[in-house]
Amino acid sequence: MPKRVIVVGGGLAGLSATIRAAERGMIVDLFSVVPVKRSHSVCAQGGINSAKNLKGEGDDPSIHATDTLFGGEYLADQPPVKGMCYAGPSIIDLLDRMGVPFNRTPEGHLDFRRFGGTLHHRTAFAGATTGQQLLYALDEQVRRFEVQGMVEKYESWEFLSLVIDGNGQTRGITAMNLWQREVRVFKANAVIICSGGPGLVFGRSTNSIINTGAACSRAYQQGVWYGNGEFIQVHPTSIPGADKLRLISESVRGEGGRVWVPKDAADRRAPVSIPESERDYFLERKYPKYGNLVPRDVATREIFHICTVEKRGIDGGNSVYLDITPSQSKKSPEVLEEKLGGVLEIYRKFVGDDPVQTPMKIFPGMHYSMGGLWVGYGDRGDMIAQMTNVPGTFAAGEAEFQYHGANRLGANSLLSCIYGGMEAGERAAKWVGSHSDEAPEAVYSTEKKRQDEINDNILKMSGTENPYALHRELGDWMTSRCTVVRDNAGLDELLNKLDEFEERWKNIDVNDRSVSANQAFGFTRALLDMIILAKAMAKGARMRDESRGAHYKPAFDLAKPAAEKLGNAHDHDGYRAYAAEIAAKWNTTFNLPAKSDKPITPEFGAYMDRWIEIQKQWNRTTIAKYLPGQQQPEISYRDVAMTVEPPQPRIYK
Amino acid sequence: MPDTISLKIKRQDSPDKAPYWETFEIPYQPNLNVISALMEVRINPVTRDGKKTTAPVWDAACLEEVCGSCSMLINGKPRQACTALVDQLEQPIVIEPFSKFPVVRDLMVDRSRMFEALRRVKAWNPLDGTYALGRGALVSSETQQELYHFARCMTCGCCLEACPQVNEHSPFMGAAVLGQAYMFNLQPAGSSMAHERLDALMGPGGHGDCGNAQNCVRVCPKEIPLTDAIAAIGRQLTWYSVKKFFLDRGGKKKEASGPGG
Ligand SMILES: Cc1cc2nc3c(=O)[nH]c(=O)nc-3n(C[C@H](O)[C@H](O)[C@H](O)COP(=O)(O)OP(=O)(O)OC[C@H]3O[C@@H](n4cnc5c(N)ncnc54)[C@H](O)[C@@H]3O)c2cc1C
Ligand code: SF4
Ligand code: SF4
Ligand code: FES
Repeated sequence: MPKRVIVVGGGLAGLSATIRAAERGMIVDLFSVVPVKRSHSVCAQGGINSAKNLKGEGDDPSIHATDTLFGGEYLADQPPVKGMCYAGPSIIDLLDRMGVPFNRTPEGHLDFRRFGGTLHHRTAFAGATTGQQLLYALDEQVRRFEVQGMVEKYESWEFLSLVIDGNGQTRGITAMNLWQREVRVFKANAVIICSGGPGLVFGRSTNSIINTGAACSRAYQQGVWYGNGEFIQVHPTSIPGADKLRLISESVRGEGGRVWVPKDAADRRAPVSIPESERDYFLERKYPKYGNLVPRDVATREIFHICTVEKRGIDGGNSVYLDITPSQSKKSPEVLEEKLGGVLEIYRKFVGDDPVQTPMKIFPGMHYSMGGLWVGYGDRGDMIAQMTNVPGTFAAGEAEFQYHGANRLGANSLLSCIYGGMEAGERAAKWVGSHSDEAPEAVYSTEKKRQDEINDNILKMSGTENPYALHRELGDWMTSRCTVVRDNAGLDELLNKLDEFEERWKNIDVNDRSVSANQAFGFTRALLDMIILAKAMAKGARMRDESRGAHYKPAFDLAKPAAEKLGNAHDHDGYRAYAAEIAAKWNTTFNLPAKSDKPITPEFGAYMDRWIEIQKQWNRTTIAKYLPGQQQPEISYRDVAMTVEPPQPRIYK
Repeated sequence: MPDTISLKIKRQDSPDKAPYWETFEIPYQPNLNVISALMEVRINPVTRDGKKTTAPVWDAACLEEVCGSCSMLINGKPRQACTALVDQLEQPIVIEPFSKFPVVRDLMVDRSRMFEALRRVKAWNPLDGTYALGRGALVSSETQQELYHFARCMTCGCCLEACPQVNEHSPFMGAAVLGQAYMFNLQPAGSSMAHERLDALMGPGGHGDCGNAQNCVRVCPKEIPLTDAIAAIGRQLTWYSVKKFFLDRGGKKKEASGPGG
């Protein structure tokens, strides 16, 4: 068998995997439903993190790792997070060498901005279209390999399934040409799934509308575990639209943007005529240290609360002001244009107002999935970094679950895509080196036949449901029951509803039987996969009776003591014992700060006792396994690998 | 305000079939763009005359004018459908596929020739490998801003659609790739390959086919200064051909350094 690797997806993760595998001498077949240059990664606006410490703030990869683990409420396996943060600076150097037009300082060095969840300037950026610039740089390198004959691109081809042999080994994929509806088998003993996030499961989101999550769902239905599916990030600042929720990047707050509502809920004046003293900058008020740059889940819940509970949104509705006008951000219109042009342009083009003149109106929108295909966190035992539980199937990028725990910090995703992609490319090349035997032809022909049958059956569907209308319902249900605030009664309703959707799916009228670019057929097929993936998310949320990061269940929330009652976790004996227990388990030692002489208040002591109990029960990875023939997945839990530092209570001040 | 929005769509079932028109009406909503209007159509694919039909086929992904997918002719103008706001368009909104590219189906066209052109002009920077080799060259803010203008080209094809010199039978690669060649020739690392790009642009389909009609720059959704790049590439080519002429006469080998700067 030739040294061949298949990469599904040409976003940042897929292109990184492709480049690394090609560099290791592999022939790469690269699949994407759109020309890779049009992948969703182009949408990323704000930037990419790395602790380069070019601002002399004493930043360091270890601080980056702590911010990432802390921000994700210690749900991420720690070895890969550490690996990513330490690789950050050299990844930025690599992108710089590839020619990414990062913004520059007067001397010509890379400029860095602040993002949420950190106190450092750690985010490199190229205007306000960083994702586009990174994607293009990687695309250009892949083009170089393409011209050399190392990479073959299959654009407008859709991944349908893995080919898995009788021993459970990966043998290739089946894919369908979207312009001619032709299903073909492609052989390779290593497949890397980099198909991005599942925004469409929530109907409207900040994602591109090609982000169905169907590829992950298909792998999941073939036995790949789905990890932490319930952790869905809702971005605090987006512009609601009929077709999508357009993101207003966190960089707007990084550059000084401030969030506020009128103090008087009945105040109907134009925002610029409301004096500062009559505005409630509620994030700055509640979080004096982080202010507008608290992590996303915190900012989202606060905005959601102001609008839906306190009813203090603008004009009583669902929006708050995000103010970047020069008097607020202390930046001149020219500087705003240079650093945020792409974002400002989106607001001007779609809303018609100029954010330099008047504050923007924003509301939270579904944005990112921390959950995804489960992959191993290191090369130990039978586990290989970036490889799923199905030998030979790897995953990277937003398609996998590994780097962000319960909540992703802004600008960490692009980094995880590139780092994870490169790691996966490396491991896949190695895997192919030691797994070069050929599978019997029947393994392939059986899978192809199965796919042809699925397609033929869908083409015959002539019920009464419209697939796009059913999708809208799915989105509405997932958004209302499975995003910012969750409760078990609502999740039970949702799970029943998802079963109903699965039944109703069978009654779709495909209405289009043609061969050429038949989108209604393709969408109908993907819709079932979305419903099935939605169940993994909803069931995970239903089972997890706690609040952690983006998963917020008020009924199980552990209230924090008032600020003046708070103390240091490491002064609490129970905490020290808990940390020692973890260290022993992971065969490591942690350097906790020495105990101070600050007494522990009874409130803080009780909080810590309860917090430790919760950690012992819930600081674990959710694994959803698809059970063929059953309506709902099986949920189980795995220990989180804690080799870097013990969890701490996540309290932002 | 009218209570409906009407869309007249040019359809074509497959590359070898003849085109035809269908008109749809959807209930009025404020702040729609052409993509959200097309989404309404596919939820209920029935023409204005009550005929049940298939959902029109179109390309779109980002819906923020950054991926380049959704290029169409809207009321005769090449542009992105996702930023074409219905409230600003005359009705019926006439939507057609681009005419300079082969139709795949309905509004979806095959723009692979643009990607082929990028391969021809070697639109990349040389890279020794992905291992740690330290940082790249220092770049001034001015150069970065100039590079950034061109780096926003999303291969949407509006500039090709508007260009009188581009058609299915002409080899002209169009303005976008000239802009990209200019950008790579300006890159600290990319400039070392400038002569290879200029070689590609000297031949058929290259710079010489541009008639300087300037339509391209007027339609580019990203306001990329294409005609500046075309002029600059023209100067680079003149310089390069003079140099080549003397080098060839002298029987010497081509130098590795280009005029890119
Ligand atoms: C609006 C927005 C702004 C963001 N800004 C930032 C930011 O500033 N910083 C940051 O770090 N993160 C940001 N993010 C998150 C980040 O952009 C994404 O997580 C990241 O780009 C995902 O990259 P990826 O390579 O995993 O997937 P994608 O870029 O989504 O690529 C997926 C690829 O898979 C292909 N594919 C999918 N399904 C199939 C299939 N069935 N068959 C074949 N191919 C398939 C697609 O064609 C595509 O090529 C932002 C996200 C959004 C929505
Ligand atoms: S200047 Fe005119 S001829 Fe040249 S590329 Fe632009 S539109 Fe075409
Ligand atoms: S130059 Fe402008 S019009 Fe032409 S492809 Fe690029 S973005 Fe589109
Ligand atoms: S959908 Fe991406 S440019 Fe319009």
